[in-house]
Amino acid sequence: MAEQVLTDFIRALRSADVRVSTGEAIDAAEAVKLIGYADRQRLSDTLRCVLAKSPSEKLAHDRLFDLYFSRQAIPQDAQPESPGQDRSEHSEDGPGDMLDLMESGDETAIAMAMERAGQEAGLQDIRFSTQVSYFAQQMMKSLGVDRLETEMMQAFRERTEEGQAYAEDLIEGRKAMFARAREHAKQAFETYGAGATLAFREDVLAETALTALDVRDLARMQALVEKIAKRLASKHSRRRRKKNRGQLDVRKTLRANAGFDGVPFDIAWKQTKRDRAKIVAVCDVSGSVARVVRFFLMLLYSLNEVVPDIESFAFSGRLENVGDTLKTDDFAHAMDKIINDIGMSSTDYGQSLSDLRMNHWDALDRRTTLIILGDGRSNYGDPRVDLFREAAARVKRVIWLTPEGESLWGSGDSELPRYRPHCHTMKQVTTVKDLERILDEALSRYS
Amino acid sequence: MTKTGYEPLVSIDAITAGLGSVGYISTREISTAIYLAYNLRKPILIEGPAGVGKTDLAASTARFLDVSLNRLQCYEGLDEGKALYEWKYGKQLLYTQLLKEKLGEVMDGAGTLDAAFDKLTSFEDLFFSETFLEPRPLLTAMKQDKGSVLLIDEIDKSDEEFEAYLLEVLSDYQVTVPEIGTIRAQVPPIVILTSNNIRELGDALKRRCLHLHIDFPEAAREQAIVRARVPDVSEALLSQLVSFVQGLRELDIRKRPSISETVDWARTLLLMHATELDEDMVRSTLNVLLKHESDIQAVDKDVRTLARAASAG
Repeated sequence: MAEQVLTDFIRALRSADVRVSTGEAIDAAEAVKLIGYADRQRLSDTLRCVLAKSPSEKLAHDRLFDLYFSRQAIPQDAQPESPGQDRSEHSEDGPGDMLDLMESGDETAIAMAMERAGQEAGLQDIRFSTQVSYFAQQMMKSLGVDRLETEMMQAFRERTEEGQAYAEDLIEGRKAMFARAREHAKQAFETYGAGATLAFREDVLAETALTALDVRDLARMQALVEKIAKRLASKHSRRRRKKNRGQLDVRKTLRANAGFDGVPFDIAWKQTKRDRAKIVAVCDVSGSVARVVRFFLMLLYSLNEVVPDIESFAFSGRLENVGDTLKTDDFAHAMDKIINDIGMSSTDYGQSLSDLRMNHWDALDRRTTLIILGDGRSNYGDPRVDLFREAAARVKRVIWLTPEGESLWGSGDSELPRYRPHCHTMKQVTTVKDLERILDEALSRYS
Repeated sequence: MTKTGYEPLVSIDAITAGLGSVGYISTREISTAIYLAYNLRKPILIEGPAGVGKTDLAASTARFLDVSLNRLQCYEGLDEGKALYEWKYGKQLLYTQLLKEKLGEVMDGAGTLDAAFDKLTSFEDLFFSETFLEPRPLLTAMKQDKGSVLLIDEIDKSDEEFEAYLLEVLSDYQVTVPEIGTIRAQVPPIVILTSNNIRELGDALKRRCLHLHIDFPEAAREQAIVRARVPDVSEALLSQLVSFVQGLRELDIRKRPSISETVDWARTLLLMHATELDEDMVRSTLNVLLKHESDIQAVDKDVRTLARAASAG
């Protein structure tokens, strides 16, 4: 019983995005053995120390601990009866029978019966709030609602005054019981389900086309983008110098060992230096592309841990450096301002490229990844492919991202096919997942 | 089993009391973490803002248990040679020179090159023995018979490679020196790692450690800490200065004052014979608490309200 309590608690934690490995679960079991269940506060301290490994996880733990252990009576090892085994017994005429319970009015007995019924109904598998009613029904069934209903019908059939009154009582009691079961199921949903729903929603969001996003999803999107940024950061924040064991650095070794009479005690190996990642983003902020740009820049700026050097330029008619504007806390507001200020004129790729050439050419160097976000629709102006070629030659890699599908490239005023030969990659991006994949690829070139 | 220094760690309350006796005001959570670390033989990873007593906890634990403290300060580029052990090259070289003549005598009996080589190989271990081994903090901590406290400070500043390397040391409490063999700790040290969150630590390391987050203390605990460090300060002043600092931490500033800065400030005020907090006094000593000019300017307009609130409360 005691172990089941802990396992279920860990399941609840996992569904709320706290990562608990098997090893940690074993540690927790050992720690609990040491501390015991008697002191609630101490138990909370202990589990918090063993299972939750970051401030946000600690918060999640505290919330769930209160929810979970207020619901769950602290288990007593002395209690021999296990809930799984005596199922058949008490649905017959056990202490859990609903009629007896209602008559006795014993609060603890009712609470325990609810707990048991919840387990029988598989309440820990609840995932969505819509399932609450269903699970409450199931619980009623295992509480023995059938017997109650039979008795009720019988009382009605007697057609006496007492019989009527008794039946009314039963109906009232049934209602109260159902309300309790509902409450119980709802609490279980908050423990096991709320986190799971969130995870599910995030999966869906990551695959939703950015241009089709609902306004109410925007806030959630921000959280998702931060999560992705964290994932990318932990993957790419490796050390900058890579030891190249195997190749002797003769000069360094000789110098280091001059003091030992030239006997090579201290051996130096050749090292290759990794470039610091630098990203220059050039974004078309007019019309259709703006939405995608928004999330791309949001993701990019959440990455400043791994990419210390980010420069970003926005253009439609003219090109401007927007790096400083974006380095604020209120990202959404800054983005709105940029789109309003810059995105209002008609798109001119040629003019924007020559602005880049004139004013910001220093931003491009051999360790730069140049990422251009735009549909390449230049209103039939000169696309200045020559400038683009020159830029591509200066930098490490050029990536072009466009919201349009490949079949549309080159249709109408789209100049994408003319830019394409100078890009290392040209890809369509529609979802956040696409953005993640692209940045992941770009960053892995620096390892 | 030899007698270890860990006996005082019998219960959580005993730990709180013991740490208190060496001047460290513990909390339930901190004591629980130490208790678990000893009983589960797991390292503790402590995170939290700078200056809340993370490093001090390790030092105090060592003092309380009366065992040695081995401290390893991490930085970028730290490698095994500096953390674990190193051969004393100089000494080896010197001995070779000194023994050169003796070598001639030993070799004298050997007629052929093969015989000389055989003789030489039988002496080889001489130079790669513990005499020539320079133990660094990790190895030193493993070799303590009474047990010890091993502090790995600011692990987030080291490279990821080193972090991975630590995993072996921390999970088995043993160290392998290829020339000598495996050295296993007779009494596993109590390991405390600290991190200021400069970079996200690897999951593998986090999984193996207990995790303790120490934040800025609440008023009562901060008062207790200052009282322990600066016993001469009057109660009235103590409660005022602590509530002033607590108020200061709420403001939007670059570096929030840490506990050590509160203690310094208490000492400063004592030195100036202050019995109560007043605005001028606060203004003239604000640089003890705030270490950025911009912060001092930022709080300038709030000093009056904060000082008033502190004296009132």
